[in-house]
Formats: sequence, C-alpha cells, structure tokens
Amino acid sequence: MKRKLTAARSLLWALAAVTVAGSAVAQSSSPEDEIAQYRAMFGDDNPAELWQTRGEALWKQPRGPKNVALAQVCDLGLGVGVAAGAYAQLPRYFSDTGQVQDLESRLVTCMVRGQGFTEPEAIQQHFGKGDAKSDLEALSAYLVAQSDGKPMHVPFDRPEERAAYELGKQVFFYRAGTHDFSCATCHSQTGKRIRLQILPNLTTAEGATAAYTTWPAYRISEGEFRTMEWRIQDCFRQQRLPQLKYLSPVAIALTEYLARNADGGVIKAPGLKR
Amino acid sequence: MPQRKFSLLLALATTLAACSALAKDKASPAAGPAAVKQALLASFEAKGQAGLDRLDQDETQALCSRDPDHPLSSDEVQKIVSANTAAIRYPADGRYLGDWREGEKIAQTGTGKQFSDDPAKPAGGNCYACHQLAKGEIAYGTLGPSLYRYGKLRGQGEAMLKYTWGKIYDAEASMPCSIMPRFGHKGILTEQQIRDVMALLFDPQSPVNQ
Ligand code: HEC
Ligand code: HEC
Repeated sequence: MKRKLTAARSLLWALAAVTVAGSAVAQSSSPEDEIAQYRAMFGDDNPAELWQTRGEALWKQPRGPKNVALAQVCDLGLGVGVAAGAYAQLPRYFSDTGQVQDLESRLVTCMVRGQGFTEPEAIQQHFGKGDAKSDLEALSAYLVAQSDGKPMHVPFDRPEERAAYELGKQVFFYRAGTHDFSCATCHSQTGKRIRLQILPNLTTAEGATAAYTTWPAYRISEGEFRTMEWRIQDCFRQQRLPQLKYLSPVAIALTEYLARNADGGVIKAPGLKR
Repeated sequence: MPQRKFSLLLALATTLAACSALAKDKASPAAGPAAVKQALLASFEAKGQAGLDRLDQDETQALCSRDPDHPLSSDEVQKIVSANTAAIRYPADGRYLGDWREGEKIAQTGTGKQFSDDPAKPAGGNCYACHQLAKGEIAYGTLGPSLYRYGKLRGQGEAMLKYTWGKIYDAEASMPCSIMPRFGHKGILTEQQIRDVMALLFDPQSPVNQ
C-alpha cells in the first residue's frame, strides 16, 4: 500500500519539479535516470494521489443541477457506477451516444446527461493549471487507479471501434505542417531518442504498451496530473499543427489506435513522468 | 550517395511493414484521404501562428503519409524527387558558408513555428534533436546520423557543399520521405541561417570538426 503523501513530502515533490525543469535545459542525464532517482527518493509516492483523492469525492458526492453522484448514474462500460476495471476496457462504443468514447468523453457525457451540467460547464478548465484545478483530471486519476494492475481488454467487435482505429492509424502517419512531422516521424522506430528523451515505438505492441499503460500520469516538470488527451495534444503542438480540440474525433481515434496496439498490457497508472 | 541512402530507406520500409503485422489482422474499414481530412478539420482549431492551413498537405506530404502496408511505387518516388529537387534554391551569390557560432545557436534552438512560439522570433533548426554534432554536446538525438566531424571527413569541395546545402534546404530531394524537415523549402530557416549551420558543419574552427 502506498504511504500517505504528507505535507513535507509534497514540498519535496515541488522541489523535484524545479530540479527536473532545470535539468530539462541542462540535459545532463537522461529523463529515465532522473525518474529512477525520484523513485529511489520517494519510493511508491506519486503526487497523483492528491488528484485521486479529489477525484474520489467528485465521483461519489452528489453534484450538479440534478444533485446526483456520478457513482449513481455513470456507466463507463461495465455497468452503472462500476469503477473497478472500467478504464482498462476503454475506449469503447456506447450505444446511448452512438459514439466511441475515451474515459474523458464518457465522463463528460455522464456529467451532462446524469448530473445536468451543460457541456461548456463540464469541460471548462479541462486541463488544470496551478490553482485552477480540473475536475476531469481528478476524476481520471481516481478512475484510472481503479484499473491499476488490470489487463487491458479494449473491445473491438463493433464497426465503429474498427473505424476509429483505422482513422487513428491514418492520422498517426499523416504528415503536414511546416516541419512535415507525423506521429510516426518520432514514434515508429525502436530505440531512438530526441535529445535524451527515449521515443517509444507506438506502432509495436511493446512500445504502445509501455507508453499507454503508464498514462495518465503526474508530470514532475509541470507539477500537474495529465491525461492521454493532454499528451496527444501536446505532441501535436510540437508537430507544429494547430490546437487539437478536447474530446475531438481525432483525439479519440488516436487513443483507440494506441489502446488497441497496447491491448493485453497491464495498466500501471497513475504513472510518473518527466 | 543518394543511391545507398535509398536502399536503406527500402530496408527500413520492409522492417516497418513487418512490425505492423500487428495491425494487419484487424481488417479495419478503410478511412480514405477525404474522410481523414474531414476528421482533422473537425478536430483542430487555429491557435497562435498555427492556422488550419497547417493541416493541408503538399503532394510530397500526402505520398509520405502512407502507412507501411502501402509502400510507394517507383513513379511516386520519382515524383517526390523531382518536385523537391526543383524546390531547392542555391545561394545567388555562391556563398555557402556563414558564421559557425550563429550556426551552433540555431542547431541548439528547438523553438519556432509552434503555436506556443513567438512568430516574431526566428525559428531554430533543432539539429541536435536528431543529430550528434559538436562532441561537447551529449544531449543529442539519434533519429538522424551523427554529423560529428562532418567537414573534416568530407572536405569542402563544391559538390559536397552543394549536396549539403540541398540536404538542409530540402532533404527529400536526395532522400524521399526523409523525416528531416525541409528547412529552406518550407521557410523554417532563412538563407543566412542555412549558411550559418553550413559553417557549423564545414568550418575547420567549428566544434563539429574538433
Ligand atoms: C517531434 C517529435 C514528436 C512527434 C512528432 C510526436 N511525439 Fe509523442 N513524444 C515525443 C517526445 C519527445 C515524448 C516524450 C516527452 C517527455 O518525455 O516529456 C513523447 C511522448 C509521447 C507519448 C508518451 C510516451 C510515454 O512513454 O510516456 C505518447 C503516447 C505520444 N508521445 C504520442 C504521440 C502521438 C499520438 C503523436 C502524433 C499526434 C506524437 N506523439 C507525435 C515526441 C514526438
Ligand atoms: C527530425 C529529425 C531531424 C532534424 C531536426 C534534422 N535532421 Fe538532418 N537528417 C535527419 C535524418 C533522418 C537524416 C538521414 C536521411 C536523409 O539524408 O534525409 C538526416 C540527414 C542529414 C544530413 C546528411 C547526412 C549525410 O550523411 O549525408 C545532413 C547534412 C543533415 N541531416 C543536417 C541537418 C542540420 C544542419 C539540421 C538542423 C538545421 C538537421 N539536419 C535537422 C533527421 C533530422
């Protein structure tokens, strides 16, 4: 079991963020070495715990105009209110929306249809920044932790799921922008790095599994908890493309592509990243 | 040289195709180029200097977006070579080399053209992201070959200067579907910036050649 994160240890984590941000400039040791050092210092601690705790409350407490708890109305694919193992079986097709959904888009559906929030209310501040916290990141932290240790079984029987996978694959190889980059530019060879950062080969089961199962994650350099939607839009930024919209078809298709390539892998999240 | 590179590319393509066996048994419905473009347009919004026109592809980008299960025909490869060879602009005054110190700064700079970057600042070349250059910089990436001692090993002959200028200006002229950005053709670096990184590669005083 994880130790509780004390105030003193939280402070140490804040210092860690400064160190990592600094060394990202100096680039003296590899990020993998640095993460290993934090593990040595902090053991099983992961500041994601703070998001998990808040997320658990958001899941269980009655909220919204309808004053109900997500735990009473939200079906993440395994039945209403079932949190355990649900994340390991996403994305999937939901017949009530007629769409393939990832965790975050499904949570928004539940907040809108179940709790009565408007969609803009549900997705405002979807990526938190300092004191402007994101409910969706907190909920993701809690729900992903409910799949920690579970093998992924991403459903793939529906034509909609296959179409999402195929779209994700086409987008993965789509080169555009000033730099001609696609996801494949950086993520289709094994054992390569950009500067000192090791690039997972996301077209293989091994590479996709290593990456997918360790997200969402606490990012030391930002001091924030981040989801796969965040990871993908930030790689698009580096790719010199415009802003990827939250919960957009391409965000979900790429998540489907990565999740299916990682299918069978065991979730080890919330993770810890540079 | 391009010949050797090219067989390398083919070898790489074969390896990639083998790797993607993983995805093959899934018999997914095809998503045609029009459907992909439509999904992209629905999924992005303009931000900062990155407008939705960044989603448009030129012919080279479109051809080089094929997944490894659909390799290019030799005609298509030839199209890429011709279009990108025609795109190269050599320096009008014949001066290929600038200041290696400026070149080192450009090679170190990873910003430029992202929506989060200031469009008023010149873009970097980020050569270290993919290449080893000066020995003293150990934080180099490995997507491209090592360029350490580039000038020392290859000399400063006109043909070598011209080949290298062309490589930096538009890598796909000599290596179709290269993952190296087309720095000149796509307006990432100015002519003077290219001179400066050229000097970084060729100047005997440059740390690359120490
Ligand atoms: C220019 C290179 C580049 C491109 C293009 C790129 N990425 Fe990345 N990606 C990176 C780097 C570098 C990292 C590691 C970042 C870090 O350590 O903070 C990364 C990390 C990731 C991760 C997390 C890996 C892990 O193990 O934590 C995923 C998933 C990912 N990228 C997906 C994508 C997708 C999907 C695309 C296309 C939309 C893409 N990337 C495009 C460079 C790139
Ligand atoms: C995204 C990765 C990437 C970046 C950034 C990059 N390159 Fe490259 N570069 C490559 C790859 C891959 C090759 C090999 C394929 C080819 O020749 O196009 C290459 C090849 C080269 C070659 C030819 C080497 C030879 O042996 O003939 C030169 C010269 C070169 N790059 C210079 C540069 C310079 C200068 C910069 C910065 C302005 C730069 N590159 C930025 C990936 C990159």
